[in-house]
Amino acid sequence: MEKFTTHTGRVVPLRRSNVDTDQIIPAHWLKKVTRSGFEDGLFEAWRKDDSFVLNQPQYAGASILVAGPEFGTGSSREHAVWALENYGFRAVISSRFADIFRGNSLKNGLLTVILPQEAVERIWALVEADPTAEVTVDLEAREVRAEGLDSVPFELDENVRWRLLNGLDDISITLQQESEISEFEANRPAFKPTTVQAG
Amino acid sequence: MGRTLAEKVWDDHVVRHAEGEPDLLFIDLHLLHEVTSPQAFDGLRLAGRKVRRTDLTIATEDHNTPTLDIDKPIADPVSRLQLETLRANCAEFGVRLHSLGDAEQGVVHVVGPQLGLTQPGTTVVCGDSHTSTHGAFGALAFGIGTSQVEHVLATQTLPLAPFRTMAITVEGELPDGVTAKDLILAIIAKIGTGGGQGYVLEYRGSAIRGLSMEARMTICNMSIEAGARAGMIAPDETTFAYLEGRDHAPKGEDWDAAVAYWKTLATDEDAVYDAEVFIDASTLSPFVTWGTNPGQGAPLGADVPDPASFEDPQERASAENALRYMGLTAGTPLREVSVDAVFVGSCTNGRIEDLRAAAAVVEGRKVADGVRMLVVPGSVRVALQAVAEGLDKVFTAAGAEWRHAGCSMCLGMNPDQLAPGERCASTSNRNFEGRQGKGGRTHLVSPQVAAATAVLGHLASPADLSDARETAEV
Repeated sequence: MEKFTTHTGRVVPLRRSNVDTDQIIPAHWLKKVTRSGFEDGLFEAWRKDDSFVLNQPQYAGASILVAGPEFGTGSSREHAVWALENYGFRAVISSRFADIFRGNSLKNGLLTVILPQEAVERIWALVEADPTAEVTVDLEAREVRAEGLDSVPFELDENVRWRLLNGLDDISITLQQESEISEFEANRPAFKPTTVQAG
Repeated sequence: MGRTLAEKVWDDHVVRHAEGEPDLLFIDLHLLHEVTSPQAFDGLRLAGRKVRRTDLTIATEDHNTPTLDIDKPIADPVSRLQLETLRANCAEFGVRLHSLGDAEQGVVHVVGPQLGLTQPGTTVVCGDSHTSTHGAFGALAFGIGTSQVEHVLATQTLPLAPFRTMAITVEGELPDGVTAKDLILAIIAKIGTGGGQGYVLEYRGSAIRGLSMEARMTICNMSIEAGARAGMIAPDETTFAYLEGRDHAPKGEDWDAAVAYWKTLATDEDAVYDAEVFIDASTLSPFVTWGTNPGQGAPLGADVPDPASFEDPQERASAENALRYMGLTAGTPLREVSVDAVFVGSCTNGRIEDLRAAAAVVEGRKVADGVRMLVVPGSVRVALQAVAEGLDKVFTAAGAEWRHAGCSMCLGMNPDQLAPGERCASTSNRNFEGRQGKGGRTHLVSPQVAAATAVLGHLASPADLSDARETAEV
């Protein structure tokens, strides 16, 4: 996983709530067997509309998405995170994220930042007035700041933060617990099911 | 202090607990399908890792599979490649797979329970958000992303953040014609698409205890549509009766030991939930969605709501967008909304009881002119059972299409899709924009409402059909 320490970039203001993962990446894109090449599928249906915020030239090259509440609801598809990253986003800010999407994002180094809706509104207003305004998402200081905006602190689980700051691979960390896993396995009740076919 | 069902199952699977770290949980059952696994197997290969417990892993093909001409090569080369990738990965890593054409193939969340693999007190994961279905057995079951799929393949464990518990207590009797689907749609409308966020929901109360296993699966299936981590129902005699004798259910002494354990799982009397919701079952009626998220629903007898009636500005904007996308006008009675298509199937409502319920409504009647009705059993076993009962004939005689098992029009990854602007009454779980095909419009309904809607051509319940059968029989 790529490390995340601090990132400064321009912002796309997405004034929508309940942005589900079917909108982020439609199902027909899910047939791909790679983790890359999803950028053209990002918000595919909405991008057909010229007025959609991602199509507005003043937001080209922005790397932080700021969206309404309940971002990432629905399907567990990690492709939604890959699509955002492939497109060039490094962070998404919202007042509420769906659990699975948030878990997926943090495992891929896409920082999802929870800010109060009131702070989201202030960032929207800032970048709609001046699309060149840069916003900094600082994981070390755990704050979002920008010129003309009071810095806003955010919470993140300390263990998750440590993994992101160091770009650590979850699987290698877990494999260090091999003896505990083996011990647990040895003590599982005999009645627990297996997928082994009879005969 | 006592513990809840969810806390007991969690505690029994903690491999490692350390201050400042997420608990590491053991996973009893890992279900795989073609869409969310290829990148996980790639990750294993790159790191030179194996599947740790192939004996706790099983795969099926469902999301991409066609529901017609399954004996022919799959027409879409991209879908074909994805299925071939799953086959190659399962062969290479030694994972049991039920491919298209196999008697055990079907939607992953239908296959697990019918094989008896889903059992009380187990942890079940799958790279699919509707894994919450398995919570109907008192399993802690949840959807995971592809990085986590790889993690489980490699370690049979997952580091997991703690959860909160929410009791959803449904007391009383569901009125005639009101189903588990109506109940869960009403619950989601009440608590919202984010209402369950961070929580494991436990459905309880007399109305829940009175439900069959299949109905309980419908309820738990849609827990994710309320944003929940998982949904669970305490195992009871209904659960044990469903499991006994199934292929992978414990046998002999193991059965007795298992049942004794399963009986300890129910939430203790003195346990405390972090949140509680109460619902009076007797107040419910058939429920349908009018918008583009599963929380945007209303009783069938209601009108399309006016966005201005929503106080919250985000909800109001969301309702405005939804009506625009759905092509609906505020104030229109939902019963006057006509449809082009009806879909019966999916991991929500693709089991045998669902097909029986829909068949009972269309029997002796005809699907309305201009309406296409697709019936897609959740698995091959469900299909075979339906054929044995003659349900396929009932559907085809009514003018519906009887198809092969799979996810089909629930998410339109195979050729079963709506055309732009087409409107569908669907027994599936998501009414998101474009979910059933680009530009398609989805109303989530129960199998009974789906079938009545197919006959009348507009959203309707079986109660609206009082004399359509006589007319059809003339």
